[in-house]
Amino acid sequence: MTDWLWLLVALPLLGALVNLFFGRRLGEPASGWLALIVVVASFLIGAAASVGFFTGDELPETVYLFEWIPILGVDAAILWDPLSALLTLIVTGVGSLIHLFSIGYMHGDERFPRYFSFLNLFIASMLILVLAANYAVMFVGWELVGLSSYLLISFWFTKPAAAAAGKKAFIVNRIGDWGFLIALMIIFATFGTFDFETIFAEAPLMFGVGSGTITAITLLLFVGAAGKSAQIPLYVWLPDAMEGPTPVSALIHAATMVTAGVFMIARSAVLYELAPASGVVVAVVGTATALLAAVIAVAQTDIKRVLAYSTISQLGYMVLAVGAGAYSAGMFHLTTHAIFKALLFLGAGSVIHALAGEQNMFKMGGLRKPMPITWITMAAGWLAIVGIVPFAGFWSKDEILFAVFNRGDGWLILWLLGLVVALLTAFYMTRLFVLTFVGKPRWDDGVEPHESPPSMTIPLIVLAVLALGLGAWNTPFRLSFEHFLEPSFEGVPHPEGASTSEFVIFAGLVLVIAIIGLAAAWWRYTRDPLPAEDGSFWRNALAGFHVDDFYGRTIVAPGKAIATWSSEVFDRKVIDGVAEGTARGIRDAGSGTSALQTGQVRWYAAGMAIAGILVIVFFLFIGGAF
Amino acid sequence: MSDIVTVDWYLILAAALFAIGVAGVLIRRNALVMFMSIELMLNSVNLTFVAVSKELGLIEGQVAALFVMVVAAAEVTVGLAIIVAIFRLRASANVDELAELKG
Amino acid sequence: MAEAVTFGIFAIVALAGAVTMLVAKNPVYSAVGLLSAMFALAVMYILLDAHLVAMVQVIIYAGAVMTLFLFVIMLIGVDNPNAYGPRPVSQSIVTWVVAGVFFAAIVLAGSGAWVTGSAAFGTADLNGTIENVADEMFGTWTIVFLSTVMLLTIAAVGTIALAYFTGADDDEAAA
Repeated sequence: MTDWLWLLVALPLLGALVNLFFGRRLGEPASGWLALIVVVASFLIGAAASVGFFTGDELPETVYLFEWIPILGVDAAILWDPLSALLTLIVTGVGSLIHLFSIGYMHGDERFPRYFSFLNLFIASMLILVLAANYAVMFVGWELVGLSSYLLISFWFTKPAAAAAGKKAFIVNRIGDWGFLIALMIIFATFGTFDFETIFAEAPLMFGVGSGTITAITLLLFVGAAGKSAQIPLYVWLPDAMEGPTPVSALIHAATMVTAGVFMIARSAVLYELAPASGVVVAVVGTATALLAAVIAVAQTDIKRVLAYSTISQLGYMVLAVGAGAYSAGMFHLTTHAIFKALLFLGAGSVIHALAGEQNMFKMGGLRKPMPITWITMAAGWLAIVGIVPFAGFWSKDEILFAVFNRGDGWLILWLLGLVVALLTAFYMTRLFVLTFVGKPRWDDGVEPHESPPSMTIPLIVLAVLALGLGAWNTPFRLSFEHFLEPSFEGVPHPEGASTSEFVIFAGLVLVIAIIGLAAAWWRYTRDPLPAEDGSFWRNALAGFHVDDFYGRTIVAPGKAIATWSSEVFDRKVIDGVAEGTARGIRDAGSGTSALQTGQVRWYAAGMAIAGILVIVFFLFIGGAF
Repeated sequence: MSDIVTVDWYLILAAALFAIGVAGVLIRRNALVMFMSIELMLNSVNLTFVAVSKELGLIEGQVAALFVMVVAAAEVTVGLAIIVAIFRLRASANVDELAELKG
Repeated sequence: MAEAVTFGIFAIVALAGAVTMLVAKNPVYSAVGLLSAMFALAVMYILLDAHLVAMVQVIIYAGAVMTLFLFVIMLIGVDNPNAYGPRPVSQSIVTWVVAGVFFAAIVLAGSGAWVTGSAAFGTADLNGTIENVADEMFGTWTIVFLSTVMLLTIAAVGTIALAYFTGADDDEAAA
């Protein structure tokens, strides 16, 4: 079955190319269906190939494809293990649903085929990233997802905000990529290869725990992860990325691409185990991000921005988990989050679609009646992220917090902060849900909300079922997810599982906290009239605590000043001076000799012929004919 | 294999054809005929390639001749397309009227 | 002897065709002259045991290229009066001097032993069959062969682009 794995990447890539060149001819629904079919095909191949991992009788395998950079010994190869299989299934599975959703959502857009071309390109890039068997190939995927993310954020590039958001995402990610690249250089200088298998086998033999080289590598890798997974201080691009079409936000900026950083850390688990200091940094940054984003999310009024900050916050959880060494817990939260956050985003998209583009939650309300399917599926997503039994988010969140608690000592502070985040999450998500679906209608006059077409509601239903049921994959009573991932984390110490009594206490605690947050928000936002939110906290949090302004003053403005100086002073005076001086000299020489240019072709031909004669004569001369 | 016709004869014939081609480019003002002259020159070069290939017993000369033909074919399509385009613009194939390059 | 006779006949045909091409007022005659020169050259190739080159010469040059020429002549009109204006004497003089010197230079170059080695034909057994040429072309010269593929593609694209050139607008015509 592994012989077919290259099709995983090739099919979406083919779809992207076909849609790019022939999309306009295929026309509106056809190009979308084509894009959907290739992703579904990828999903089926991935599912068929990973059956062995579920039954537990297949071992990880490296599939060699072709020699890529022989001089560095880099091959294009696929590492097919449970970790990459899991990510493949998430990317293609959620991807398929979102392609289906997009067919309805993008209806009528004049660049419909182009959109699906980009979406397929994203799937292909993301699969390159997750399937890579070495850091070099992974970096290719890493950059390609950045590219497709940029293309899709600024898909409606005629809107200045979208164009700017695309640029911002690209540039901020570039800062992270810088860290990743330096890490790659150090890795190559240290190990002489990019190959995962070799590196992870040799690292523990070459270095002891706490080695400086490994710490540097892991910290720099984390810079890359922070860019892609929107962690402090590089998270600022993600809220703006919501300028893209909503299904894109769901697929790229919630479910898949932003988890690439978490995935990369999990993939490098062996290295992180050798650098406990890096683990602490990762965990602290994750917690801080989770907390800050949760606080900001509380005050947002735009439904998509709430979800964006919520994504950052949940990514913080995952980063905390991998920082704490609970890799399978982190990956489990990644999986459940991919499901329920995609669900929430698609639900939000359905709402925005129904309200003709309205994104302000204070102009929604009471959508329960006109949009019953969206309402009930969104409810599943909401309960999942809040962490109510038995929805998926409860199990994964609980597991992370338990793993952090188990580390003891200073980690308890992170654990406490994690609980605060859980409280805030419950609060702002309930606020979102209540403002959107409950209470009196507050929408503008003339807007007639309606339920979305089946191509949009079917993905919602599928995701809602998964959000309800997926948690059962890895409950403390039945750790099949952890066993599933075990082959990927061979040689990485395994955090202890909880005993049943511990579990009841911890889960109960998390559940109580979630219910407190939920109840508080429910009480606050079902009142009539709605509470006015214009205090200084609300204003500052709404503005994201002015982090963008701060970056603007401290980084962007000096950068612009340097650029202005270079272009206005240095370029104009020095570079142009040289260039213009040269040009002037050549022009004078040219006007002097232009009399030779009669414009008559035959004179030029005669010149060539005479020159030809001279060449022959020259060779005769040196040949000794004269 | 006869020894009467030596390679020199082929080369002289090629040189003559080449010279006629040069004259054609210089003297004719019909762009098409100039073009034909260029083709004649290319052909004469092919003749030298093949003749010398025979002389030296190396097949590379014939391969080179084939490549020259490919290049000539490409050149002919583009060149004729340019002539047609110019003709549509000027209703003339007289190269003397095309003196935009005059300095 | 037979070879010498064949060579003589077809050398005359080639030269006659070339001169016809050069002097004919009507471009159709020029084309026919060139066509006969090309056929004559194909015979030369056979004499030189270059069978594949001879075949390609007939198919590509005499067939395709000349057909294209005739087609274009027909397209833009055979009786174009602009082509027959009086030409300055200076041009004719320059032309014949340049052409003559060129001929002399090439013959001189070709007659030097340092260009072609020995003056007599080598006795090397050389046969330009498809198989022999293909061995060489797809062995040693694969990259060059593939480059010609690219060249032909570019030429085709360029021709199509030129076909869209209407001449209506100087600036937007190329689009």
